[in-house]
Amino acid sequence: MLLEVQALEARHGLLQAVRDVSLKVAEGETLALVGANGAGKTTLLRTIAGGHRAAAGRVLFDGTDVTRSSAHKRVRMGIALVPEGRHLFPRLTVDENLRVAGGNGRKGPWSLDAVYAAFPNLEPLRRHRAGTLSGGEQQATAIGRALMTNPRLLLVDEASLGLSPVAVDGVYRSLQTVIESGATIILVEQDLRRAMKVATRISCMLEGRIVLEGTPSELTREAVVDAYFGLREAGTSQATA
Amino acid sequence: MASADGTVVLAAAGVRKRFGSLVVLDGVDLTVRADEAIGIVGPNGAGKTTLLNVLAGALRPSGGHVFLREVDVTAASAAKRCRMGIGRAHQIPRPFGDMTVFENVFVGAATGGRLGKKAAYSRCIDVLERCNLIDLANRRAESLGLLHRKRLELARALATGPDVLLLDEIGAGLTDAEAAELIETIREIRRQKIAVVWIEHIVHVLVQVVARLVCMDAGRVIADGEPDVVMKDSAVIDAFLGSEVA
Repeated sequence: MLLEVQALEARHGLLQAVRDVSLKVAEGETLALVGANGAGKTTLLRTIAGGHRAAAGRVLFDGTDVTRSSAHKRVRMGIALVPEGRHLFPRLTVDENLRVAGGNGRKGPWSLDAVYAAFPNLEPLRRHRAGTLSGGEQQATAIGRALMTNPRLLLVDEASLGLSPVAVDGVYRSLQTVIESGATIILVEQDLRRAMKVATRISCMLEGRIVLEGTPSELTREAVVDAYFGLREAGTSQATA
Repeated sequence: MASADGTVVLAAAGVRKRFGSLVVLDGVDLTVRADEAIGIVGPNGAGKTTLLNVLAGALRPSGGHVFLREVDVTAASAAKRCRMGIGRAHQIPRPFGDMTVFENVFVGAATGGRLGKKAAYSRCIDVLERCNLIDLANRRAESLGLLHRKRLELARALATGPDVLLLDEIGAGLTDAEAAELIETIREIRRQKIAVVWIEHIVHVLVQVVARLVCMDAGRVIADGEPDVVMKDSAVIDAFLGSEVA
């Protein structure tokens, strides 16, 4: 198992954002996390990446307990996060943004050339400052930057947030390329149809817990909607408190 | 819904709000009757909190009007609206940390209550009892945990003696048991004939209290009615989870 999260808890001060979450992701899987605002998706991703401290529980990466490891150490081990809101260096060029990440990760197939091959729309922009790019181009750069660390596990938070439908299509075409290269991905995605299309497995979070899990073929839109709003417990694998 | 007291206590008419070029409220109409508890749901960025801010007077709308008991209060300050009967509990409670629970609630009673000292004191006791805070009355507010802070936020709003109470995500981050207590407290408030407008992401908590649900998306009201009907509305589901077809 590439990633194993065991009984993870994470807090924001007084507020408990992640409650007793356990999940496993095998090599080559794409897990989509869906859930309402405040369900704990971003905090869960950040806690896996080392950007947020776990209050309890464990994160095992390829069998190694990384719960107390710093984020940069986890990057070297092969965990990369594409954060919500992208957080590029706006005054650095696309090239520079990619290269900053490249020095900090593992050795592997991803290089500047490989990223530009996967994101052909970025190539002509490589000398442009990241802050001048469109939202979709910035998102592609942010994913490319994460890939530059040659991750074994790519965490993508809300790749389509604030983008036009056309830009979202572009981002997903690129992600599809990454998925086909055999990457292992956890993806936070609000758009259920997209999540169902791209993921091998879907987990729905509600108030810090995973309340429904399954493959896109096992899950109906109705079942996910019920779990998403917490309106019906029958038929869902409701986690106990 | 049949109304025993169908008087309109609070209304928004064609409310618009722009932040620069961003239109956050795009012509919102909302009518709150004196005996009603209304839940407002909607995806992130739908305009829910902005609407609450406009109703409470924390923000001036770019267009449209707000009426409190048929009086146009669009230009009235939040403080004035508070004295006129709009109480509000915020998403992030910010009590006066150095003051006790009682003192915090007393600020509410003294500010909004139009009461003499003695009457304000007894209202505070009453509110603290209703909010299950009486045993903590002499604790400093900064020593409270999340649940009690949320209760204090509610108590402060109640102490102003509102006719309508605006609640912004007071259920977020509570455990199941805490949420159950909160539901009981809100039901108790409803028995005091106070109208409630409650924004909450935790829909299954909300529907245990409200008989009417309003769903907003992109600055507009896209559904308004009984919770069962609203939560099955395909436009509502699409607003949260994206449309079913490309």
